Amino acid sequence: MTFGILDFGAYVPRRRLQRNAIHGANGWFAGGLKGLARGERAVAHWDEDVITMAVEAARNCLGARDRTSINALSLASTSHPFADRQNAVVVKEALNLSDAVGSSDASGGLRAGTSALLAALLQPDRTTLCAAAEKRLARPASENEMLFGDAAAALLVGSGDVVATLVGHHSVATDFVDHFRSSDAAADYGWESRWVRDEGYAKIGAGALTAALGKFGIAGEKVDHLIVPVTLRGVPEIFAKKAGVRPEVLCDPLGATVGDSGAAHPLLLLAATLERAEPGQTIVLVGYGQGVDVLAFKTTAALAGIERGRVAAALARRVAEDNYLRHLTFTGALRYELGMRAEQDQKTALTAMYRNRKAVLGLVGGKCSKTGTVQFPPSDISVNRNEQAVGTQEDYPLADIPARILTFTADALTFTPDPPNRYGMVEFEGGGRMMAEFADADGDDIEVGREMRMVFRIKAIDELRDFKRYFWKAEPVRAPAGKES
Amino acid sequence: MAKGIKDRVAILGMGCSKFGERWNDDADTLMVEAFLEAMVDAGIETSQIDAAWLSVAFDAVNVGPSGIPLGIALRLDNAPVTKVENYCASGTEALRGAVYAVASGAADIALALGVEKLKDTGYGGLPARTRGTMFDMVGVNGSAPGNFAQLAGAYRARHGVSPMDLKRAMAHVSVKSHANGVKNEKAHLRKAIDMDTVLNAPMIAEPLGLFDCCGVSDGAACAIVTTPEIARSLGKSDIITVKALQIAVSNGWELQGSGWDGSYFHTTRRAAARAYDEAGITRPTEQISLMEVHDCFSITELVTMEDLFISEEGKGWSDVLSGRFDADGEIPCQIDGGLKCFGHPIGASGLRMIYENYLQLLGRAGPRQREKAPVMALTHNLGGMPNQNVSAISIIGHADA
Repeated sequence: MTFGILDFGAYVPRRRLQRNAIHGANGWFAGGLKGLARGERAVAHWDEDVITMAVEAARNCLGARDRTSINALSLASTSHPFADRQNAVVVKEALNLSDAVGSSDASGGLRAGTSALLAALLQPDRTTLCAAAEKRLARPASENEMLFGDAAAALLVGSGDVVATLVGHHSVATDFVDHFRSSDAAADYGWESRWVRDEGYAKIGAGALTAALGKFGIAGEKVDHLIVPVTLRGVPEIFAKKAGVRPEVLCDPLGATVGDSGAAHPLLLLAATLERAEPGQTIVLVGYGQGVDVLAFKTTAALAGIERGRVAAALARRVAEDNYLRHLTFTGALRYELGMRAEQDQKTALTAMYRNRKAVLGLVGGKCSKTGTVQFPPSDISVNRNEQAVGTQEDYPLADIPARILTFTADALTFTPDPPNRYGMVEFEGGGRMMAEFADADGDDIEVGREMRMVFRIKAIDELRDFKRYFWKAEPVRAPAGKES
Repeated sequence: MAKGIKDRVAILGMGCSKFGERWNDDADTLMVEAFLEAMVDAGIETSQIDAAWLSVAFDAVNVGPSGIPLGIALRLDNAPVTKVENYCASGTEALRGAVYAVASGAADIALALGVEKLKDTGYGGLPARTRGTMFDMVGVNGSAPGNFAQLAGAYRARHGVSPMDLKRAMAHVSVKSHANGVKNEKAHLRKAIDMDTVLNAPMIAEPLGLFDCCGVSDGAACAIVTTPEIARSLGKSDIITVKALQIAVSNGWELQGSGWDGSYFHTTRRAAARAYDEAGITRPTEQISLMEVHDCFSITELVTMEDLFISEEGKGWSDVLSGRFDADGEIPCQIDGGLKCFGHPIGASGLRMIYENYLQLLGRAGPRQREKAPVMALTHNLGGMPNQNVSAISIIGHADA
C-alpha cells in the first residue's frame, strides 16, 4: 500500500463575472482597471460560500468512492464563514462522513491550503480529505475585485492506489506583508505592486523554489509540471526562470477564467494538473503567503486508471454574468431595498438543527425496513399508505441520487436575493421526494421531468444574529462541458 | 361509516360583514357587523348562545390565540368560546364545532364566527412569517401563489393541455368571478375585467398572473345553528339544514410518499367522497345546484371542479371555458364573486361561502340570485398548499331536500 494522493476534485461557481462589466461600471473612478478588464472571474452565487463550495469540491473528488475510510478532514480558507463554529465540521455533516473523524480548519494566510495538504501528507496513518475554498470579498473598484475568483478544491490523501506520492517538501516562513486583512476587516490592504513582485515573488518565492529543488535533488529541467498559483501576469514565469524550470511546463493559473482563489488556488491548480498529467511525471506545487511551501509529487501508474474530466467539467460549467450590480448585491457591497418580505426572522432553532442534523445537513432520508418506502425527512411512522409501520426507518442518503422535477414555479412574490425564486417538487430515482428550491436555475431549463442533482447551499441568512442556515437544493443537470451555449 | 350529521342541525341565522380594505375598522367592528346581521336573522338574544367557535388565523391577544376576542367583542354571556385554526379552512372548522355541539345535544344554540383583519400587516398578500422550526430548515418558504402555481405545470403534463389553453381557462375563472362580484355590494372587488387584462397582467408566480390570484381582505362572517326542531319553535318555516360537513387533512403522503403528481388535491377527493356519502348524494352533477369553492387562485378552482367529481378528470379546463360554471351556467361556481372578488379574510372565508349558499337557498341573494332555485349547495374551503393541506366541504340544503 502506497501513501499519497488518492483522488482529487474541484468546484467553481457557475457564474463568471465579466471583467469588462466591472470596468464598465467603475472605469469612471478607477481608470487604471482597464488593463485588467479582460476575461472573467468566478463569483459565488448568493447561496454559496466556502463551506458549500468545499462540499461540492469534495463530492467531485470522492464520486461514488466509499467514504467510511475517511478519518480526517481539513478545510483551508481565509474566508471561512464562521470564526467560531468549525467550518470543516459542517462539510463533514454534508458529506455524511462518520462521526469518528478528526477535523480542523486551516487559515491565517494564503498558504493555508498547501500547509494543510502537507500536514495530511505527513500523517500516513490517516485518510484525510483536504478541502480548500475561498470566497474573498474585495472593495468595489479595487484591483482585487478584478483579480479574485471564488472556487474550491479537494484532495483525498491516504493509502492505496494513490495517483501521486510526495517526494519532497520545503517550507519557509517570512513576515513579508505584501497584503493583510485584519480579523474584522472586509477587504485586503496591499502594498506597492513592484515591491510585492520584485522582493516578494521573485526573491522569497522563487528563491524558496530554487532551494527546494536543490534540496529534493530535482533538476529544474526535469520538472514536468510547475504550479505557481499567482495570476499576476509574468509572475509564474519569474519562478520558472529563477529555478531553471522550462516555462512551457507552467500550469495555466486560470486567471482569465476563474481568478485567484487564494488559499484554495494551489489545490485547485494541483487538481487540474493531476487530471492532465501522465504517470511517472514530476509535479512541483508552490504555496505562497508570508513564506512559501514547496511540494514535489511523482505521479504513479494508477493515474492512468482514474476517471478524467471531472475537474475540466467543473471549470467548464459556466454562465457569463454581465450584471455587476447583481454581483454587488450578492456580496453585500450594495444594499437594495429588499421589501417587507425580507423582514422575516430567520432564527434557527439550534436544538432542532442538531437533532435533525443528518436530515438537514446530510440530506439523509429514511427507508422503511418493512415496505421499502423511501421518504424525506424520516418519521416514526412510515408515510407508506395503509402501512402503520412504526420505528422502521433506516438511514437512506439522498444527496447523490438523481432526481426529476414533478412540479415547479417561478415565484416573484416571496423574498429571495435572486428573484424569481424557482422551486418545486422533485422525486428521487428509486423513491423519495421533497419540495426543493432550485439552485443555479435559468427560466428556460425548468420543466416537468427535468433531471436534477442535489447541491449543498445556504438556505437562509439570519442577519439579526449573523448565522447561516444550510440545506440542499436541486440544480438542473446540464449538458457536459463544451456543449452548453 | 358513522351515520353523520345530515339534517340534524339547522342554520338559524347568518351574517357577513362587508369585505375589503376596512382601513378604519378593527376586528371587533367586523365581528359585530356579521354577528348583528346573524342575530337579527336568527331572532334570538345573546344569552341564548350556549357555545361559540371563533376562527381566526393571524391575530392573538396576550400569550396567544384564544376565544377571548370573541367573548369580548360580542359581550357573550361568559359562554364557552373555542378558538380554532385550520389554515384557510378555519371558517368551516368553526362551523363544524358549532354543528357538532348542537348535534350532540350539548348545546341548543351555537355560534360560529370567523374574522380576519389582514390589512394591518402592511403586506399586499399574506405576511411573510416563520413556518415552523423544522419546516424553516428543510421546507421551501415560497409564497401561496408560488405553491399553487405548481398545479398548472403538473396539470398540463398529466393531461396534455397546452400552456395557452390552460392559461385561457384560468383567465375565464377570474373573468367570471369579477363579473359576479359586480353584483355583490359586500364584495371587496366590484369591477368587471376582460380576458386580455388577465392574460397580460404582471406575473406573480409562473404561470399565475396578478388576476389569477385573490387578494386578502378584512371581514367577518357568522352562523348561528340549532336543531331543526328548535328552529321551528322559534318560528322558522323555510329550514336550511346541514347535509354534510367533512374535512380531510393531509398525512404527508403527497409531499413525502409516492404517487401524487401535483396536479390535483388528494384531500379534496377524499373529503368530497365522504361529504357526498354523508349527504346521500350519488349524482353530484345533478344534485348539487350551486358551488362556492376555494378559488384562492384560478388554477385551484379549475382543478377543484375535477376533485369534487363535477368535471371529469382532464376536462375541468374545457368545462370552465364552456361557461358551465358561470352565473348562468349549469352549476354556478362563485356566484358571489368568490375569494377572488368577494374577498379572502382567512378565518371568515369558509363561513362567507356558506353565507352565500344560505342566501341563495332562501332566495335572498338580491341581484345575483340564481333564478332556478337551488336545492343543495356545496362549499369547498381549503387551507394550506396543494402538497399538504386541509380540505373542508360543507353541503347545505332545504330540510326536505
